Amino acid sequence: MRWARLGEVAEVIRSKNAGPFELTFDLIFPDMESFELVKRSGVITRELVARLYNLPLNQVLHVVFVPAARAIKVTIVRPLPSGCIGDPDIYGAQQHAPWLDVIVPLPEQE
Amino acid sequence: MKELRLLSPQGMLGYGYPEESLKAGLETFPHMIGVDSGSTDAGPYRLGSGMPIVPRIAVKRDLSLMLMGAVSLRIPLIIGSAGGAGAREHVEWVLGILREVAKEENLSFKLAVIWSDVDRGWLKSKVRSGEVKPLGPVGPLTLEEIDKAKRIVAVMGMAPYIEALTSGAQVIVAGRSNDPAIFASFAVWKGFDPGLSLHLGKILECGALAAVPGSASDSMLGILKEGCFAVEPLNPSRRCTEVSVAAHTLYEKEHPYLIPGPEGVMNLQGATFHQVSDRRVEVRGSAFEPGRECWIKLEGARFEAYRSIFIAGVRDPIMISRVEEWENATRETLQRYFGTGDWSVFFHIYGRDGVMGALEPVKAISSHELGLVFEAVAPSQEKAQALCSFARSFLMHYHYKGRKATAGNLAIPYSPADIPMGPVYSFNVHHLVRVDDPMEPFDIEFMEINP
Repeated sequence: MRWARLGEVAEVIRSKNAGPFELTFDLIFPDMESFELVKRSGVITRELVARLYNLPLNQVLHVVFVPAARAIKVTIVRPLPSGCIGDPDIYGAQQHAPWLDVIVPLPEQE
Repeated sequence: MKELRLLSPQGMLGYGYPEESLKAGLETFPHMIGVDSGSTDAGPYRLGSGMPIVPRIAVKRDLSLMLMGAVSLRIPLIIGSAGGAGAREHVEWVLGILREVAKEENLSFKLAVIWSDVDRGWLKSKVRSGEVKPLGPVGPLTLEEIDKAKRIVAVMGMAPYIEALTSGAQVIVAGRSNDPAIFASFAVWKGFDPGLSLHLGKILECGALAAVPGSASDSMLGILKEGCFAVEPLNPSRRCTEVSVAAHTLYEKEHPYLIPGPEGVMNLQGATFHQVSDRRVEVRGSAFEPGRECWIKLEGARFEAYRSIFIAGVRDPIMISRVEEWENATRETLQRYFGTGDWSVFFHIYGRDGVMGALEPVKAISSHELGLVFEAVAPSQEKAQALCSFARSFLMHYHYKGRKATAGNLAIPYSPADIPMGPVYSFNVHHLVRVDDPMEPFDIEFMEINP
């Protein structure tokens, strides 16, 4: 099996507020094969999220696999509430970059 | 009725939309037009200050086209979360624009206004009786925080809309709303399945965002039938795909398929998506689980401090290599001069970690220039300005180790350099309140609008 950066495998990698106190990430894959492969690899876990965002495990609220959307959805407690003093990203739209470098399995080319 | 067509011109009133898209929508003879006009997404400022954020000129343009369309087709126009945060000032601001358009375009209609401002006495009695609980990662609501909040709004579900429609409202301007209710209320009022109606409402409230390419500044048509609904963007250069629509259900929500609202929980786990034409996707299986109790979401914002900023660029490579030194030196000198206590400062250093702060995994700076947004917050605007000014003049001439550019350290793009940003607010109410009647926190007012 070959491995690659998630940034090369996923079609969409995004972050956004889910209300002012939570931050949510959507990882969407171009086809079922890559979605299933990443899902089965067991790489995407709550422990990984805690490590990527330097959070205690109980602040990682969900890691959910959604086959209908070929997507993985991850929600964490926002490091700071949206718009509070010191928050650098009101919409939470640019907090996704650490995901790009996560190493995941890549479907074999035909 | 076998089929219901719901028209969403755009994802946010004032974001703009192509006139041709609205026209294409009106040509399908829709049964209603709906538009979302608010969000907490832009932070607590709107709710805290009572100010709108979208420009008046944009709201007037967007509103007038859809109002003329709705009145000419004699179909309801529903505006939810009016004016930004749905508080009294926001609703009144939209009403003022609506009246102006009606006068200019010679339009008459029956208007319902739904107010969502929360009475503090009522809310305190709810806190005392244990009928208020936190929503998400926040602490319990205290009586003190209720007093501190500048504004508190309740987030309405479908019930107030249905009451307004039942009373014959042609145009509804509503305060803070659960976004899907803007569309779902009409569909449920017409007897359609609440699960499908709410899911469709969730897609439509974002305009054409669920299409590819997605946009909140363009129009989407929803077609609701028995057992399914379909969505299709009205701009021929966009299309809905199974994945774009399925992926949209994830957008901005904390859970991918369980989406709570005042009436209960939308459960989209069983939803299936089918491409039925090149640009149209049909959805089935969206379910709704009514809640045993009615819990209404509350939003409130309180004043925190005043903010001032200055913006500066740093190009000198030696200065860039000494970033920690000059940041620390500035902090220390501010502390010596202003003492510690009621103020704080932030160095947003773009090119280092301005976007992610402490969460930034890349520690080494590889940029040839840095952007600095210096931020000071203090109890008065005057003090915030003073902190800014002091930090700027200190940093401009600070002698870091190895300095060769002894004339000045900062490229300042503006004069004046120190920018007063006004008051800063924070969300201090993000809770649920239990009610016996989903209408309890809301008031409906009817009026005839004549030019």
